[in-house]
Amino acid sequence: MVTLAPDIEAEARPLPTNDADRAAWAIAATVCDPEVPVLTIEDLGVLRSVTVSADAVVVQITPTYSGCPAVDAMRDDIVTALTLHGYTVARVDVVLAPAWTTDWLSAAGAAKLEEYGIAAPAPRTPGGAVSLGLGIRCPHCGSLHTREVSRFGSTSCKALYECQRCHEPFDYFKAH
Amino acid sequence: MSVRPHHADTAQAVAEYALGLGDDALILAQRLGQWIANAPEIEEDIALGNIALDLLGHARGLLSYAGTALGRSEDDLAYFRDEAEFRCRQLFEQPNGDFAQTIARQLIASVYFDQLYRQLTTSADPTLAAIAAKAVKEVDYHLDHSTQWLLRLGLGTEESHRRMQRGLDAMWPFADELFREEPQAAALPGIAADSARMRAAFDALVPTLIEDAGLSVPTTAPARGGGRDGVHSEAFGPLLAEMQVLARAHPGASW
Repeated sequence: MVTLAPDIEAEARPLPTNDADRAAWAIAATVCDPEVPVLTIEDLGVLRSVTVSADAVVVQITPTYSGCPAVDAMRDDIVTALTLHGYTVARVDVVLAPAWTTDWLSAAGAAKLEEYGIAAPAPRTPGGAVSLGLGIRCPHCGSLHTREVSRFGSTSCKALYECQRCHEPFDYFKAH
Repeated sequence: MSVRPHHADTAQAVAEYALGLGDDALILAQRLGQWIANAPEIEEDIALGNIALDLLGHARGLLSYAGTALGRSEDDLAYFRDEAEFRCRQLFEQPNGDFAQTIARQLIASVYFDQLYRQLTTSADPTLAAIAAKAVKEVDYHLDHSTQWLLRLGLGTEESHRRMQRGLDAMWPFADELFREEPQAAALPGIAADSARMRAAFDALVPTLIEDAGLSVPTTAPARGGGRDGVHSEAFGPLLAEMQVLARAHPGASW
């Protein structure tokens, strides 16, 4: 299992340093992506900061894609989770910078995706003279003999693939 | 996320600039949405729907931002302005036509958006820069999608070639307006994108793509334009009516 380089991990999950913020972060971190319910917003790198003050908890999240409709659901779920744990006033702000990238997906998240039947994102390759894509592994049978059917899929973050060996269609979480 | 430059004048100019860009993205998203369940294959229903969703995301960011200085919400700006108050350039409201015409429109639009957002990633306005940094990654997919279809249709059958050429010829007159200097942008050096640089990049790329697809670069004259001043083509009214009817019939409703 590949783990992220320490500097990427710190960028992906900027954990709070004090106990009060950490406790609230741990609660917010349990919220899942409604469109990929095996992933938490912490796994995704969508959760950016949690700050507890005397009168409120302020959570910052970043969208995976500009038009991602899951953001509104995540916002509500975070407020609900914090309220259930006794934080009476919770606010969720959406921040756009730094822009989200699949490089922030945790190693545990990638494993859960595969188990769920979605191929995890390949490392992003900077554009060079020759565009060379790595083979995407079929999450059903493990074959690398797969084909992109459509760059766009059931949600903004996924593309549609088909395995040429077991002939099953599957979603691929686009490297972004 | 509110407009925070030094002068009220600059804040107003940034808001007007963001409003124009937001309208461009919003109206093209609405047009693309009309393809859902009508595209030639299900993958295209999904692709055009996803592209529309990305554009709608850009529009929401830009209109919300513009609204902070104009004192209006994103929904208010989208649903409660009339034709002459919209600032979108005329390419984006053009009818879908057949699939080839939509691809021609999308190709021109995607090259424009790609150049626009690349430049805005270094804008001195932090909100425009943040919206652009997200958008540029998404537009990359859109440009790839249009380019692939341009090649496939241009180099496909006699019929697909004929239609792709016809689509390009019909959309070409609206490309010029995208790169005309607008007063709001001219007043915002370092904040707004530079139109001349965008035009040069467009001229360097698009004719090559068209020729690679075995097609001819159209020679049709530029359309009059005027979208930034609220001048729109005949097709715009019905598009707006369809987009706004529900919100106007039930003001304040939500689901």
